[in-house]
Amino acid sequence: MTDTIPEMRDTILPMRDTILQMRDITKTFPGVKALQNVNLDVKAGEIHAIVGENGAGKSTLMKVLSGVYPHGSYEGQIIYNGEECAFRSIRDSEHKGIVIIHQELALVPLLSIAENIYLGNERAKAGIVDWDETREGARAVLRKVGLNEDPDTLVTNIGTGKQQLVEIAKALSKEVKLLILDEPTASLSEKDSEALLNLLLGFKAQGISCILISHKLNEVSKVSDRITVIRDGHTIETLDKADITEDRIITSMVGRPLEDRYPARAPQIGEVVFEVKNWSVYHPQHRDRQVIKGIDLNVRKGEVVGIAGLMGSGRTEFAMSLFGKSYGVKVSGEVLLHGKKVDTSTVEKAVSHGIAYATEDRKTFGLNLIDHIKHNTTLANLWGVSRWGVIDDLAELDVANDYRKKTNIRSSSVYQTVGNLSGGNQQKVVLSKWLFANPEVLILDEPTRGIDVGAKYEIYSIINQLAAQGKAILVISSEMPELLGITDRVYVMNEGRLVGEMPTAEASQEKIMRAIVRAEGKVAS
Amino acid sequence: MTTETAPQAATPAEAAAPLSIWGALQANLREYGLLLVLILIMLFFQWTTGGVLFKPLNLTNIVLQNSYIIVMALGMLLVIVAGHIDLSVGSVSGFIGALAAMLMIGWKFPPELAFLANPIVAGLICLVVGAAIGAAQGYLIAYYRIPSFIVTLAGMLIFKGLSLSILAGQSVGPFPAEFQLLSAGFIPDFIGAITLVPASQGVQPLVLHGATLAIGIVAVVGMILLSIRTRARRTARGYESEPFALFAAKNIVIAALVLFFTYMLASYKGLPNVLVVMGILIAGFVFLTKRLTFGRRIYAIGGNPKAAALSGIKTERLTFYIFAIMGALAALAGMIYAARLNSATPKAGQGLELDVIAAVFIGGASALGGVGQVAGAVIGAFIMGVLNNGMSIMGINIDLQQMIKGVVLLAAVFFDLYNKNKA
Ligand SMILES: Nc1ncnc2c1ncn2[C@@H]1O[C@H](COP(=O)(O)OP(=O)(O)OP(=O)(O)O)[C@@H](O)[C@H]1O
Ligand SMILES: [Mg+2]
Repeated sequence: MTDTIPEMRDTILPMRDTILQMRDITKTFPGVKALQNVNLDVKAGEIHAIVGENGAGKSTLMKVLSGVYPHGSYEGQIIYNGEECAFRSIRDSEHKGIVIIHQELALVPLLSIAENIYLGNERAKAGIVDWDETREGARAVLRKVGLNEDPDTLVTNIGTGKQQLVEIAKALSKEVKLLILDEPTASLSEKDSEALLNLLLGFKAQGISCILISHKLNEVSKVSDRITVIRDGHTIETLDKADITEDRIITSMVGRPLEDRYPARAPQIGEVVFEVKNWSVYHPQHRDRQVIKGIDLNVRKGEVVGIAGLMGSGRTEFAMSLFGKSYGVKVSGEVLLHGKKVDTSTVEKAVSHGIAYATEDRKTFGLNLIDHIKHNTTLANLWGVSRWGVIDDLAELDVANDYRKKTNIRSSSVYQTVGNLSGGNQQKVVLSKWLFANPEVLILDEPTRGIDVGAKYEIYSIINQLAAQGKAILVISSEMPELLGITDRVYVMNEGRLVGEMPTAEASQEKIMRAIVRAEGKVAS
Repeated sequence: MTTETAPQAATPAEAAAPLSIWGALQANLREYGLLLVLILIMLFFQWTTGGVLFKPLNLTNIVLQNSYIIVMALGMLLVIVAGHIDLSVGSVSGFIGALAAMLMIGWKFPPELAFLANPIVAGLICLVVGAAIGAAQGYLIAYYRIPSFIVTLAGMLIFKGLSLSILAGQSVGPFPAEFQLLSAGFIPDFIGAITLVPASQGVQPLVLHGATLAIGIVAVVGMILLSIRTRARRTARGYESEPFALFAAKNIVIAALVLFFTYMLASYKGLPNVLVVMGILIAGFVFLTKRLTFGRRIYAIGGNPKAAALSGIKTERLTFYIFAIMGALAALAGMIYAARLNSATPKAGQGLELDVIAAVFIGGASALGGVGQVAGAVIGAFIMGVLNNGMSIMGINIDLQQMIKGVVLLAAVFFDLYNKNKA
């Protein structure tokens, strides 16, 4: 006992600059111990990163801290500014200046920016909203986050990057002292991410502390002062600035060093399987705005082809319009499989021709969140587990277990509700679904968004295997190193047009960026 | 409310811990909680009505009185799981009842068209018309994306008016005897009566309907064999983890309930025809929702229509079919109702949609779509039915009855949500 006393002493008496201590936090869900005796302390004015694999418990820890999981539903103590807290709801924690921005944005799309910023916290007297003050206040916080938008703009009309800034502006409007960001940059472009991280550095200078969760280790190692690693619901260690390197973090996260980020590829490329000719699409609401402008591309048997580009360059719109005209109007152009024209005008037809599209937006387009893993896995290929329209239960169970193992989904069983899975594991369910559909052409839209380094490696390996089986694979990704690491050839897209094509062996981030910049120059001139 | 007992897969990764008896019991409690509630309500009324509720005659009556609600609840379950609602079913059933009456009695056909008045032909016409009505509403909902609430609200008004108009405001009846069999008939006793207690002075005679008894026993044996086979198949693949004791107990309890019910029916006039129809429909819908790809897709579009569409499901066509099925069932219910009253009245069916929708929600379906079970909807309908029956026997005022039913609906949904949040 005696040897624990010195340690106890300096955790009990808060060091002058420690603003938050979470001690021995344990949280269980039916069938899962999500957190076990997790410890975390955050100093005033620091950026403290939390990293760990998918399902390690990062989001859960933050939900405990912010009162989403109320006091009593977990064990352990939260000591904030020297006093023990027992938050019963988010409101309680917000009163103390702790604000969380969740992994999935929580803005109301059809309300204006200003309305969203003051949602639940309206500028009102006696229940009557003061619109002038609302707009004024919104403008002030928008300025702080460097967002140049009219507060009356509807949130649905601005991009994801700006929406993320609106979330932060919303937090600022509540006089935040400790800001928690759960994977804020997962769906941001590099430029937007950098702006956001600079913003955090600015907050730090003003004495606001941040807890940052991210799978992008380069960002984390750049901005954070300390990093706490969580693995399987346990705290592994807290690294100080001086010790932070990406390799060090990975070793700690995964439990062993990871030799390579990308599995070796030995491509065996055959004839052209998939071809798109002169593909054009118009915007569904602004019907005279052309979103996709005459795209020609092809993918060969066994080839992994990437589409690089900035956020908003039209890659997702292109893929979705190919896949059963799921996006846009006035879709024109040809799709050829093995040189023969095929009809992909409905999703069902596309799937029956062996084309699959795994969406980037798992919550909206990818999953039935209220159902379990098993049903989600087989949904796109019910024929594969049924005969005469009758589902074979056990065959389905086999399939679900098989893919759960293949993609390494962390869950209590295949009967876990998908909505309760961690973000990264949800992504793996989307992948499982399309892998089981066994397509010949697989379009993967940001397949590793929100996925940890170890799991990324697994997904890359799966992509390699599929290519080795002779499938044609098209990968859309905003992470250029990823495209360079896993593809054989890349197209570059900008503003709905292909502006470059190069074998990956000759490609580099600079070359891709140059292609984009050149195209923008052309458009401007 | 899944009836699967969440078996844990036997992969080493998750240390294949079999569910503890207590854990399994809890999982089952949630699932069979509703059945328990029904039994408790029945016992309560058995007590307050001084033993009338469980009289064979009264049990038979409960079945007959609720048959049309249950038939429509099956379709409504699909509609609600798909994320829609159908407010027109009451009026449609009333309209079809009126149509049946006019075909068989009201309209005088020329000789070459006289076959239209044949009860079987008329019945088929009614079913087709019902399906067509459902399909028409479904078409507007699925392909023109008009909210189902609005389309079926309009349908409710239209068919209310139409039945008034084709009946010219009159009640039309009585129906031919063959048609009445639908509601008032019992299956023929092809085995013969079994006399347990012969009539003698001072003792009530006890004669059982042989065929009913035989069917009940065959059903129970079949059910038990089926669940043993399922369990064996799962165990062979390494999937079972429900403790055997619980498995056995569950089967014994359910078998006992069915046998008890069979015995009660057998000691009155036997199995009502309409119960046979209902039984087949219920079994069919359980199969449809649990095992058919069609059913699976309904849950998928209710859970997330966009994701379902992007998984290659034709959401529009599916919605269209669901409403067509609902229409056909509303037609069947309308005929059962008319046959039971032995006349079609202009007011028939009005307000039934509320009972049907309440049954489905009491049965645990979610108003947001994607969640709900056939068994739940059927039990929900019986809960409403037993409440009606029990309170009528007790002579409770109709106004109080309404209030009590409202409270039960709220309590059921509240209880269900509470249970889910706790998990
Ligand atoms: N409501 C819930 N019910 C059951 N299990 C849950 C629930 N919420 C989370 N879990 C489980 O708790 C574990 C931790 O999840 P959490 O969301 O905290 O992971 P994470 O570290 O944020 O992962 P990611 O990087 O993928 O977002 C996971 O195994 C998850 O399945
Ligand atoms: Mg998370």
